[in-house]
Amino acid sequence: MFRPSKHIREKYLEEEMWPSIFCQGCGIGTVMNATLRAIDKVGLDIDQTIFVSGIGCSSRVPGYLDADGLHTTHGRAIAFATGVKLANPELTVIVFTGDGDMAGIGGNHFIHAARRNVDLTVICVNNYNYGMTGTQVSPTTPVGGITMTSPYGNVESPFDLSALAIGAGAAYVAKWATMYPHEMMTAIKKGIEKKGFAFIETLAACPTGYGRKNKMKEGKDHMLWCKENTIGKSRYERLSEQEQNSCGKIVIGELRNIEKPEFTAEWSKLVEQHYME
Amino acid sequence: MSEQAVLTGEHFMTGDEAAAEGGLAAGCRFFGGYPITPATEVTEVMAKRLPGVGGVFIQMEDEMASMNTLLGAAWGGMKSMTSTSGPGFSLMMENLGLGIITETPCVLVNVQRGGPSTGLPTLVGQQDMMQAKWGSHGDYEIIALAPSSPQEAFDFTIHAFNFSEQYRLPVLLMMDESVGHMFEKVVIPKAEDIKLVPRRITKDKPADYLPFKPDDDLVPPMIEFGEGYRVHITGLTHDEKGYPVINAEAQQPLVRRLCEKITKNADKIYMYDERELDDAEVVVISYGITARIAQQVVNECRAEGKKVGHLRLITCWPFPEPIVRKLADRIKGFVVPEINLGQMSLEVERVAGRGIPTICVPNAGGEVHNPEDIHAVIREVLK
Ligand SMILES: Cc1ncc(C[n+]2csc(CCOP(=O)(O)OP(=O)(O)O)c2C)c(N)n1
Ligand code: SF4
Ligand SMILES: [Mg+2]
Repeated sequence: MFRPSKHIREKYLEEEMWPSIFCQGCGIGTVMNATLRAIDKVGLDIDQTIFVSGIGCSSRVPGYLDADGLHTTHGRAIAFATGVKLANPELTVIVFTGDGDMAGIGGNHFIHAARRNVDLTVICVNNYNYGMTGTQVSPTTPVGGITMTSPYGNVESPFDLSALAIGAGAAYVAKWATMYPHEMMTAIKKGIEKKGFAFIETLAACPTGYGRKNKMKEGKDHMLWCKENTIGKSRYERLSEQEQNSCGKIVIGELRNIEKPEFTAEWSKLVEQHYME
Repeated sequence: MSEQAVLTGEHFMTGDEAAAEGGLAAGCRFFGGYPITPATEVTEVMAKRLPGVGGVFIQMEDEMASMNTLLGAAWGGMKSMTSTSGPGFSLMMENLGLGIITETPCVLVNVQRGGPSTGLPTLVGQQDMMQAKWGSHGDYEIIALAPSSPQEAFDFTIHAFNFSEQYRLPVLLMMDESVGHMFEKVVIPKAEDIKLVPRRITKDKPADYLPFKPDDDLVPPMIEFGEGYRVHITGLTHDEKGYPVINAEAQQPLVRRLCEKITKNADKIYMYDERELDDAEVVVISYGITARIAQQVVNECRAEGKKVGHLRLITCWPFPEPIVRKLADRIKGFVVPEINLGQMSLEVERVAGRGIPTICVPNAGGEVHNPEDIHAVIREVLK
């Protein structure tokens, strides 16, 4: 379906590290593949592209790429990425993270980087649970979702990560699901090209974890779930306000794309004003 | 280096300001911080000064994040630094460990105040000395220096940067509130007279480079991101290539080397100040602000004809074992005043053994020692 082409494999993957730790049917591979295709489309110099990640299955992606990568601590990837970008604004910095990593333990770093509008591209694999540690409730687990730490169904309201990014001030925000790989790739491409904080949320299957416990054991079950539970932005916008409020669906698409002052550019201006030989 | 970065000349400044100036003079061009008393002034000086020297200052959302930016900036090619105090130091422990395992040079200034918890925000403590060594999980060795004056805050921050580059690890400047807030004369040398250890950048080509293959001194040469080396840097246990290997065969040599690059080079790292040790029967061991009071007591003892010496620790970590062991063989006992209820004194006791007494002069914080308290213990040991 959406497998990496030979060209992509040879150009971007660290052969020695394969096979990966990802389970069969896991959505992370699709997100990684979409990212590599986006990088190829943009024509990024891979030697000037830095991948930063936290901890979790989603955060293992940089380990499979033949590029500079920093695999950090749980939740903190965006803060490390901020340091890399500020030290050398010439570099393209891409963050790979998961719902637990980014919105649970790392939520504070996420909203502040969006607010500062640091030129980073943050790709979050939202699989509604802590996959790596064996299916625990996460900040995006739907109400009623069964996990090892919500065995009777989740009673908490989940975050809408994209709404959070918009509220925090991100310049570019898109939400897609792995069943729309081409749209996802286009969104990642636009995110990379955006001078500012770009956030791409990708709804993805974790068949071994969340899927198994919530009647989505196979990759295709998640697709069906997405079909039922998501609605494209343009269709959503055509609904009446009443219909919008009652449809109960996740809105996917490009949700924000604005121009605003970017941190490293603003900092260089400041240095120009104050620099003394 | 631009003249702006090194303010050559005589100044009157606090320890906090001097630590910031020391960082700039050492070539630090990135500061990620979060305000906290009594370290805020370090952050404020950096916010003011860094744009003028072409550097970057960022106030992060918390101390975990500021520590993280330091490591990111170091791999981005800059010398980086932060400052904090107790509560923030606790938050930095997580990524101090990441700095150790990824062998990332940077400098962390802890201006110690009284704890536990929020404790005494504005008053002195020396209670984080063991946390510096043991506070992050897992086995590690660290380098930590304790200045006793603003001049030393300047000088030792430069040493801290040099050690961090030489041995590739985060280095701690364990200051205390009294030194941090004390105003004194600070002489800043000419830029060309400041000896700086450059980053150990590899000479290997990307195809030959193994990011964690050490030189003879057990320290591997480094790279900067974006130079085509395509390295993977991880907090997981890794092999010489830098890729995760989750087994004992990888863990044993990695963790041993991370520790041994300090322990086996310790003779080149130890720094201390010996005063009147030759004929001493009792030796006071102290550091930071407490060393100034201890020295006063030692002077008084000498005036009274008592054979008392003073060993002032500059590197608290690695702890200068050889000199302490040598002294232990011939003196009557050690007296260790510190503004905690016994931390470095445990280390003295461990090295000195049970043959002679090691007596801590405890102080829970908030004020420096009353000299008489130190005096009384010395008299006791001399008896
Ligand atoms: C400080 C800390 N707490 C807990 C963990 C254990 N841990 C590892 S991965 C993970 C969850 C990751 O979830 P997510 O980011 O959603 O990634 P996924 O595995 O679902 O892709 C947790 C809690 C850790 N590594 N560090
Ligand atoms: S546990 Fe879930 S997220 Fe992790 S690799 Fe398996 S399917 Fe993917
Ligand atoms: Mg997850």
